[in-house]
Formats: sequence, structure tokens, C-alpha cells
Amino acid sequence: MTSLVEVTDLTIDFSSDSSSSVRAVDGLSFTLEAGGALGLVGESGSGKSATAFALLGLHRGTGARIGGSIRVDGTDVLTAQDAELRRLRGGRAAMVFQDPLSSLDPYYAVGDQIAEVYRVHHPKASRRAARSRAAEVLDRVGIPDARRRARSRPHEFSGGMRQRALIAMALACEPRLLIADEPTTALDVTVQAQILDLLHDLRAETGMGLLLVTHDLGVVAGSVDDVLVMKDGRAVETGPVADVLRSPREPYSRALVEAVPRLDAVRPARDPQEDVLLEAVDLRREFGRTTAVDGVSLIVRRGETLGVVGESGSGKTTLGRMLVGLIAPTSGDLRHSVPPRALQMVFQDPVSSLNPRRSIGESIADPLRAARELDDTAIVARVRELLDRVGLNPDWYHRYPHEFSGGQRQRVGIARALAPSPALIVCDEPVSALDVTTQAQVVGLLGEIQRDLGLSLVFVAHDLAVVRQVSDRVLVMQDGRVVESGPADRVYDAPEHPYTQALLAAVPVLDPQESAARRTARRALLPVG
Amino acid sequence: MTGLLTFLLRRAGSAVLVLLALSAVLYAVFYIAPGDPAQLACGPKCGAEQLAQVRQNLALGDPVWLQYWHFLQGIVTGHDYSTGTGTEHCGAPCLGLSYQSGEQVTGILGEKLPATASLAIGAMVLWLIMGVGSGLVSAVRRGRFTERALTGFTLVGTATPVFITGILLLMLFCSVLQWLPYPSYVPFTEDPEQWAWNLVLPWFALAFLESAKYARITRSSLLETLAEDHVRTFRAYGVGERAIVWRHALRGALPPVIALSAMDFGTMFGGAVLTETLFGIPGIGQKLVTSVRTEDLPVVLGVTLAMGCFVVLANAVADVLYALADRRVVLT
Repeated sequence: MTSLVEVTDLTIDFSSDSSSSVRAVDGLSFTLEAGGALGLVGESGSGKSATAFALLGLHRGTGARIGGSIRVDGTDVLTAQDAELRRLRGGRAAMVFQDPLSSLDPYYAVGDQIAEVYRVHHPKASRRAARSRAAEVLDRVGIPDARRRARSRPHEFSGGMRQRALIAMALACEPRLLIADEPTTALDVTVQAQILDLLHDLRAETGMGLLLVTHDLGVVAGSVDDVLVMKDGRAVETGPVADVLRSPREPYSRALVEAVPRLDAVRPARDPQEDVLLEAVDLRREFGRTTAVDGVSLIVRRGETLGVVGESGSGKTTLGRMLVGLIAPTSGDLRHSVPPRALQMVFQDPVSSLNPRRSIGESIADPLRAARELDDTAIVARVRELLDRVGLNPDWYHRYPHEFSGGQRQRVGIARALAPSPALIVCDEPVSALDVTTQAQVVGLLGEIQRDLGLSLVFVAHDLAVVRQVSDRVLVMQDGRVVESGPADRVYDAPEHPYTQALLAAVPVLDPQESAARRTARRALLPVG
Repeated sequence: MTGLLTFLLRRAGSAVLVLLALSAVLYAVFYIAPGDPAQLACGPKCGAEQLAQVRQNLALGDPVWLQYWHFLQGIVTGHDYSTGTGTEHCGAPCLGLSYQSGEQVTGILGEKLPATASLAIGAMVLWLIMGVGSGLVSAVRRGRFTERALTGFTLVGTATPVFITGILLLMLFCSVLQWLPYPSYVPFTEDPEQWAWNLVLPWFALAFLESAKYARITRSSLLETLAEDHVRTFRAYGVGERAIVWRHALRGALPPVIALSAMDFGTMFGGAVLTETLFGIPGIGQKLVTSVRTEDLPVVLGVTLAMGCFVVLANAVADVLYALADRRVVLT
């Protein structure tokens, strides 16, 4: 009996030009038995996605050089003819991708796309039979009214439904292996929980093997039997998921486990300050016919951190932008005891929020130049001091954003926000685009700066664990309203509103046993959608 | 469907505005430009009395805004012109009478348009096939010999002026090989077969020139869509390369091609002057050139407005095509 997946001494080299090449995967070996589930875990650049793609021979024709051997369900992927490879792809091994919006063809109905794949592998099936198979699998993955919704195009589906549709496509031909590449990374936490639960159930029902590729240890905890931790294209540690997550042997896996923000992390209590820095009363903001923020009142005290939690579409970003004056409220009142430039913002995407054609020093200097208070020498000196403050080398003043990693770019964003000596910084999802170890560093930096400078922070995020780590008080937002607010410990330990309870129930935890228990508990709380 | 109706009404409204602005600017330009239309209309041996008569017939003594107003009125209600001996009725939409020949402009358009349309439509069909086809092949065979050969071929096409290509084609097919007669325009209504044979060379000459642009756009746009995530999805599901290109990549690559076609189609109705001249096609382009030279304002105006209509129309059709290709597009 051979294994479902056998990877031996795999190497993948991507060549940028003829002379230089980058080794993405370096001597990786692993096996996955039929019906088993393996988690491939690593940070960005670890080679985990390149490995997943190689299993289906998707590097063919791209100029990447693959060494070693890959066998998937008896097919030697590296030497197989194109036709044989096509039979494997989607027929016996199917793949689910990270971004469910761009992974489906926008021009065709979802059901037709699934039917097309079905007919590729069942050439004798009639159009009608393929359509009905599509409706059947859409129904199985929990798309309500599947026969009718099969005629919808992807943009008419929500993010979670699109990912369900992609899973349905994977199921269409009853594959023996499902490869899921970061299947929940683009999704809200409640939707993520539903998708993971769905994958779990499908595995139990069909007996297919699962290769789950993710950067999130919490995602693998409840979903796989074994886990393989990757770093720089090599396997760092392999073992049963419970062992690796509870007592990692290797320093790198230990660091990875420790960096995961935990819901039960208790933040040292701080003396609440009474001095109110900013007060918002009944803020509303409408965009056309939709109301993004619907009557939110809040105060931010000097030196405290207010966490704002919510899923996509909850209005948390709009609220954050109104607080610093980037968006004017439709109605409501905003009072602050400091000048407007003392209210600054750090953005989510450190790539697109920096001008790629200006050096980072100049980007940080912009607000200082705009203030026209300092001369050039003083500005440069101040920028160098800020770079040092956020843990970057001051001599990097003249470097450009593309020369930096995601975490470093976010440090630049923080330095830019610090430049005008603010009293309040609104951080909008400041770490959601970063790897978990980098996340921990940036969150640590923000805390340090806050302590040293006595800043107030408004920390807007969808990740409940990260918010708990940093916040004194928390607001929970849903559909533009605040559904619950209070001291962080109270909201997390004794949530009152059902929505807060549902959010907390959906947060993945590191302990596989607890994860299974929570899965059962969750079914009562979360509606299918 | 109400969406489509409001879209069409809105488009018609903006088209009227565009055409009004266009005609007003042309009127202004001709008023400012030197030269006396009456003198030109009357000819070199024209006496003072005759000149005055012509001026009166053409209502050139009126202030320019009044002339413009009468012109606009004529489009809606028609117009009566005195010819010295009687009156001539020019029915709506009346675009005036030619200063030169006294013919109605609408009549001139009706006479010249079929030839130009024959040239434009045929050439466009041909260059779309050639351009999109070679763009598609270059994208799929990227980096191989086929791509380089096609790129070279299309590059030569763009770089060669149409009169060179045209003359070479004429020499080769009509003179050396003698496969085709020297082209002379035969109306479609008279003899469709002769119509086509006589237009083959001008079609190819124009298509050769234009197709390079289309090949480039199709190639780069297709390369972009071929790299999109949803294309990767279908590759990962075992769909063959041919189906991927035709079903999943090409459709997304077409919008820029549609946009460009709309513009080119519109301007083609202004006539491809060189091609028309070279191949002896009695089309709008030739007429436009002579009319500009003789300051025959009504004809220039009529031709330009007709061209404007076609540009606006072609763009509206392009927008509807977008919306049909991509249901996410909302017509406004």
C-alpha cells in the first residue's frame, strides 16, 4: 500500500534571470497516508505554497526547476505526461486557494464553472448531468438554495460563500486528496470557523486526505493529524499536531507557537487616566444608501488603548478614519482636546500606504515639512531619531519601500505617524498583513512607544486575540453599531452580547483537544451563511 | 432592462451635446478663417452682381449666429433655399447645401457613405481577425519563434505608410501576378462579388496598418489575464490549455480591444483619405479633403457631424458589449 502523497528530497528553484536563482524549497520530504491530514505550516517565504503547487505540477512551464520526486495518488508528478497530469488535477487531487474572489472566473456562473471542471474529468457526462452535479456539491457545502444560486456569478456571493463554492468545485470529482492553500486567510473569523468545520466534516464523510497549508497555527490545531513546520524551504519539525503545538522541540517552532496571540493572555492592569483626549458622540457616516457607521459614541482617555473589534463591513475602518478627521461624519459630534495634527493614523497595508517612488526618510519627513516649523537639517535629524525609535537603522533614510520586509515597512508607517508628535494614533489593522512572529514584534513596539510617550491608541482589528493583547477597553462593532463595550477583561471573559459570544467561539485555539470541544460548542452559536 | 433604457437615453442626450459643441466650433473656425466662400463658390470669372446673388442665395450676409441658428433649425424642420429662379426644399434633417455644387449635403453623404462604409467595415473585420489572432498566438507562444516572427511582421505593418503598402500590393497582385483587376469601386448593390474583389486590396492595405496595434493590445492584455488567479484555478483543475485561453482568458482580455475598435470605427467614417485616393474609392475622405480646400462649410460640417455620430454610436455599442461581457459592469 503506497501513500497518498510521497515527497522525497524536493527542491524548487525560481530563477529571476539566467544567472541567479532562488531556492524556495530545499530538500523537503514528507508523506501523507490516504485519508490522513497534514498541516504545512510556515511564515511567508517558507516555501509552503510552492510545495503545495508542486504537488499538482503547477510549476510546469513557469521556468521553475524542480528536483527530487513527488508521487500523488500513484502518479509521478515530475515525469508524468501533460494529459496524465491533467487527469490528476481536479480529478484525484483538488486544490482550494487563498483568495476566493479572484480564484473564480468573474464572467461565468459559479455552477457552470463547477460543471465545466466535472465534464473535463467525465467527458461522457451530459451538460445537464454536470449542472446537476454542480448543484449537488454546492448544496453539500452549505450554499442555501443551491440549484438557483448555481446560476449566480462569483461577485454575487459573499467571501465565505465563494470559498464554499471553490470547495464544492474541489468536491465535484470526489478527489482522494484536497490541497487547501491558506483557505481561510482572507476570511472573517466566524466565516473561517465555518469553513474549517466544513473541511473537517467533508473529510470525515468522504475519507479524502487533506493537505492544509497555512501560516496560522490556530487553523491547523483543530483540522489536521500531523503538522510539518517549514522555514526557508526546509522542514524544521514534524509530528502529531498535539505534540508540536503543546511541546515544540525545535526553537523555531517554539518561537512560532509563542508568537501566536492568545485569547487568554492577561494584560497587566494599568491605572486608568481620567483625562479625556477625544470624545465622539453619536457619529454617523453614510456612503450613498449604506450606513457604514450608525450612531457610535466613545471616549479615548490619555494614555489608554481602546480596541475596536469587528468583521469586514462592520464599519470599524470608517470609524477609525473619522476619529482622525480623514473622513467627515455625516452627523454627530467629535471633540478633542488636542490640535488635529496630534491625531495620526497607521494603515493596514504597509505596501500600498507608502509611496514606492520616495525614500522612506522622505515619506516620514512629509508631515514635518508640511508643518513648516523645522528647517531641513532639523527635519533630517528628527527622521533619523524616529527611525531609530521604531527599531530601524537611521542610515536607511534613503532606501526605498521595496527594499524592506512587511514588518519593516509597518515600522516606517509607525515612524511616519509619530513624526508630528501625536497624542493619539489610530492603528487600522496594523498587523493583519504580517506573519505571526512579525506581528508580535510590531505589537510589542507599539506598546513600548505608548508607554514611553504616553500616547493614546485606538487599535482597530478583526483579530480578537491581538486586540486583547493590547487593549484596556474594547468596543465590539457589528453593522455599524457598537454591540458591546467595556474593560477588555470583562468583555473577553464574560461576553454579554450573542455576537461577541459568537466571535469569541470562532477564534481558533492552539490546543487540538480544546479545538474539538469548541467545534461542537460552535454549532449551536453560528448560523450557516 | 430599465437600466439599458436609461443608459441609452443618457447616451443620446450626451451625444446631442457633443454634436452641438462640434458644430459650433466648426462654425466659429470657418467664420474666423480667411477667404470668401461666395467667391470660391462662384468661381474665378464671377462678376460682382453674380457674387452678390450667390451671397444672398447662401444667406452669407446674415450674422454668423443667425446662420448657425438656421442650420440647426434645418436639421429639425428642413429648410427652403432660393435658387434665383425658384426655391429648393431640403427636407429634415437638412444639413444645408454645398457652396460648391449646390447639392444637398445629406445627398452627398448618402452618395459617398456606402463606399466609405464598405472600406471601413471590411477593413475592420479583417484587422480584428489579423490583430486579435496574432496577438492571441503571440501570447500563447510567448518567447518562441512564432511570437518573434509575428511581432516582426506586425511591426513592419505599422511602420510602413499605407501608400507604400498599397502600391506594393497593387504592383504585386494586379501587375506582376495579375490575380486581381486594378481596383475600381463597384457598389455592393450592383454586384456584390465585384464589390468584394475590388475592395480586397484596400482592405488588406488598411488592415495591415491597423492590425499591429490590435495585436499588441491583445497580446499584453491576454498575458495579464493568463496570469490571473482564476486561470490558475482552472489549470489546477485539469482544464486544457485551449479551453483556458478561449473560455477563461480571452474574454477578460477583450475590453481594451473593444474600446480601441470603437474609436477606430468612428474615425474610419471620416474616411481613410490616403487609401481612398490610392485605390480610387469615391468615399467621404476624398470629399472632405476637397471641401476643406474650397471652404465648403456645409459639406465639412455635415461630414464631421456624421463622423461624430458614428464615434458616439460606436462607443455606446462598446459600452453595451462590455456590460454583456462582464455582468459586474453597471451601465450609467
